[in-house]
Amino acid sequence: MAFKNLINSKKIAALLAMLLLGSTQLLMAQATTADAAAATDDTDKSAMWLGVGYYVLLFLLLCIVVAIIGRIIKVYDLSNQLQGKKATNWNNVMAIMCGIFLVAGGIGAYWSFAVQGAMSLPEAASENGVKTDEMFTTTTILTMIVFVITQILLFYFLAKYRHSNKRRAYFLPHNNTIEKVWTIIPAIVLTILVVFGFFTWRTITNTTDVKGDINIDVTGHQFAWELRYPGKDGKLGKKYYKLVTGLNNLGVDFKDRNSFDDLKADTLVIPVHKSIRINIFAQDVIHSVYMPYFRLQMNAVPGLPTFFKFVPTITTNEMRGKVGDPNFEYLLYCAKVCGDAHYNMKKIIRVVSDSEYQAWLSHQKPYLSDGLKTELKMVDNNQPSNQGAVNRLALNN
Amino acid sequence: MSTLSVQDHGVQHDHDHDHEHHHDTFLTKYIFSQDHKMIAKQFLITGITMAVIAMILSILFRIQLAYPDKSFPLLETLLGRFAPNGRLDPGFYLSLVTIHGTIMVFFVLTAGLSGTFSNLLIPLQLGARDMASPFMNMLSYWFFFTASVIMLSSFFIEKGPASGGWTVYPPLSALPKAMKGSDMGMTLWLISMVCFIASSLLGGINYVSTVLNMRTKGMDLWKMPLTIWAFFLTAILGVLAFPVLVAGVVLLIFDRSFGTSFYLSDIVLNGKVLSFEGGSPILFQHLFWFLGHPEVYIVIMPAMGISSEIMSVNSRKPIFGYHAMVYSLIGITVLSFIVWGHHMFVTGMNPFLGGVFMITTLIIAVPSAVKTFNWLATLWRGNIRFTPAMLFAIGMVSYFISGGLTGIFLGNAALDINLHDTYFVVAHFHLVMGSAAIFGMLAGVYHWFPKMFGKMMDERLGYLHFWLTFIGAYLVFFPMHFMGLDGVPRRYYAFTEFESMKRWLSVNMFITWAAIISALAQVGFLFNFIYSIFWGKKATQNPWEANTLEWTAPVEHLHGNWPGEIPTVYRWPYDYSKPGAEEDFIPQTVPFSQTMSSNLPHDFEENEAGMKAHEAWVAANKSNEEVK
Repeated sequence: MAFKNLINSKKIAALLAMLLLGSTQLLMAQATTADAAAATDDTDKSAMWLGVGYYVLLFLLLCIVVAIIGRIIKVYDLSNQLQGKKATNWNNVMAIMCGIFLVAGGIGAYWSFAVQGAMSLPEAASENGVKTDEMFTTTTILTMIVFVITQILLFYFLAKYRHSNKRRAYFLPHNNTIEKVWTIIPAIVLTILVVFGFFTWRTITNTTDVKGDINIDVTGHQFAWELRYPGKDGKLGKKYYKLVTGLNNLGVDFKDRNSFDDLKADTLVIPVHKSIRINIFAQDVIHSVYMPYFRLQMNAVPGLPTFFKFVPTITTNEMRGKVGDPNFEYLLYCAKVCGDAHYNMKKIIRVVSDSEYQAWLSHQKPYLSDGLKTELKMVDNNQPSNQGAVNRLALNN
Repeated sequence: MSTLSVQDHGVQHDHDHDHEHHHDTFLTKYIFSQDHKMIAKQFLITGITMAVIAMILSILFRIQLAYPDKSFPLLETLLGRFAPNGRLDPGFYLSLVTIHGTIMVFFVLTAGLSGTFSNLLIPLQLGARDMASPFMNMLSYWFFFTASVIMLSSFFIEKGPASGGWTVYPPLSALPKAMKGSDMGMTLWLISMVCFIASSLLGGINYVSTVLNMRTKGMDLWKMPLTIWAFFLTAILGVLAFPVLVAGVVLLIFDRSFGTSFYLSDIVLNGKVLSFEGGSPILFQHLFWFLGHPEVYIVIMPAMGISSEIMSVNSRKPIFGYHAMVYSLIGITVLSFIVWGHHMFVTGMNPFLGGVFMITTLIIAVPSAVKTFNWLATLWRGNIRFTPAMLFAIGMVSYFISGGLTGIFLGNAALDINLHDTYFVVAHFHLVMGSAAIFGMLAGVYHWFPKMFGKMMDERLGYLHFWLTFIGAYLVFFPMHFMGLDGVPRRYYAFTEFESMKRWLSVNMFITWAAIISALAQVGFLFNFIYSIFWGKKATQNPWEANTLEWTAPVEHLHGNWPGEIPTVYRWPYDYSKPGAEEDFIPQTVPFSQTMSSNLPHDFEENEAGMKAHEAWVAANKSNEEVK
């Protein structure tokens, strides 16, 4: 009986393999037709259903195979019992599985750490990031020790203390000493982490303004970031959301003289080893300025201006050498879900030397564009290049 | 402690089983039932249905993440306008993520888990005829059912379901024009949640009052099984935390529909200046997480209680440190109310406040660590029987360790800066809250299936289900940690727009296939579940040789649980493998007078008469031996 079933299941396995081959071909064909954008054709529809049918059939067959294997094991067990042998001890099988899982899981976790761990971020490109990474290393070491020990104990105990009729479990309802020990030890470890973490956090979020901070406005809206740099005066002009128009899309208030020389930029260019203060705004919904290479994140909240201060330490060119990718760019993402195109709010950050920064800055366009001046009907005598526009304005009046 | 214990009330109810002849109609027995066992089954089956739906949603968005450039005509056939040309619409992708999260957190792991097992076990393990208020209990289920229907109905409206993430942060959720899902879908989400919270409160109040008032004779608080302690504290958490979410949700409804500005200020949407002034989006986050953080303990504590009970039964060993287990549950309950700010480290909240929340957050790791060590000590030198329930309870512990440890990273404000809203968070909470709590729930289903349906589930299919799911979930969530460490943000529709994320596509493909395999493994569970209800082997009264009261009730369900008097309780529920006892278990209903050979002095704390009897017996025994 069991033997018959075995043959049966082999046949089914062969059939399964054939089906698998057939269905993959079908899927490939389907993919190409979809590329041709002719998915609505009747023939394609039927091909699609055929493909789905194959997969459903495949799954059903798999279920049948599992059922048959289950039957075989049962029959095998019964025949063994008839011959006076012992039935399969599932308890032992499970205990052995736990042992195997411990070994295989250990290898798997190690592999994951080695291969995927190596894919994580390169060294921090900012001063605060270095501190974060130190904290991260400490935490990782401590938690990994606990992880390894507890998982090993868990699965080792399972494999070792499996059920036996000859033995009784050890009646141990409690032991106050050991309970105190393992309350106090985690408490101490966590106190260490809390203290270090607290001071790291306080240093990173240190809010004292330093003279010579470079203030940059980053404003998020669906679905882009706008950048505003201060001009020669080093000060950014005020903003008010009700002043937003098509041309003045940040709502800059031009009653504030500081705003006259503000600059507009497409790329977040910052000088290395300078204290940068990013002022973060949002116009519509919550966004989040996320710059992973600098270990920096701060939400952009409408109605609640936030900021993040940091000092970049590695220029883009240096980082390109370090990661071995000549096209590498630092990026700014949005990390807080903000709508359909949330996954595509990219801004390039470029860390450059101070001289390069000054040169780049001098090429940026003023925020107060000619069009905006017209719209605001304002005269700016400081900039002779705009004389024409002013004259036109005068004529119109 | 025994001051709260209620004396036997079985006598008044004694006529209950004589009333059997006033028969239930189909409607009162299966639909509008007021019997706690039937309501538990209703919660369980609705919960499983919702879990399957949410799982299918997750497979849909996993397919999108693995094959962002591929077209699947089947998706268009099934989803229509939500998947034009066989590719998921980015807005619908966010809807899937949102509804998956909402259903799993609230409908499966809150109602499905607490609803099922609190209802089933509180009266049965405490020795009560039913809940304090069976009618409220029935209402609780029907509010839950209504909430489920409303939530799912949002798939059938024109613009699709809510899509601002399960945390529904305003202004995204408050401005109907901010995204498609913030229109009608969001309205339905809010209505559904209000119904859900009503259900949760009706249930919670019932659980608390039943535990406090309806325990059988002898069942003082320190004789309650850990399951009951967990459900009791969970219910307290829910009763205190959910009303705050109602407040948050109602204000959001006002902002959406009546033009108020609780959460809104300084908004320019699509170039149009809106008139909202003076509100704060952060206020919503405070209100949401004041519930939201206790909520994750509402999810995990029942799983902890269930696992503790199952591990003790199947190790044939008392749970190690019963008191410590209870005190750590109480510690978690209290602390969980003062840690919510760790979800908001980078929202622009005052950094000093962030520091304070970091301290409270890391303190909560201490009771969690104590629980883990106590579970390990329970297994140590046990006599372990691997029932499927036991395996799932062990899986819960393994996940809880893995996921709990990554919580120490995220609870640290300095580290959270770079990990916030990345895949590291996704991996963390799916292990510690998703996988661990689901495993607790599955362990409970396997363990108490004989009690619920009077039948046994197939063990070997259970084994297959366990290993596929256990390994599968690790394969899904373990690699996600490293994606997070590479700074990949969550809720991204495709990784193709960023050069640095493209290398994670192959990992995404691997994760998706692992997810599909573990999802298919659930078919094995569903088959086992449904098949066993109808054609399973008949269960015996106490199939696991457990001590707790529910196994003294007859297999056949009857309204009132026990024919005749309710059993009296004499001892704690964990007398397994007691030296000197004949069997390796002594049910709670066995008085000490019948087990003289196995009594310990420790059993008679605060019981002088008992202690004297024990001493007399020991002395008599000694003299007997001397005579020999």
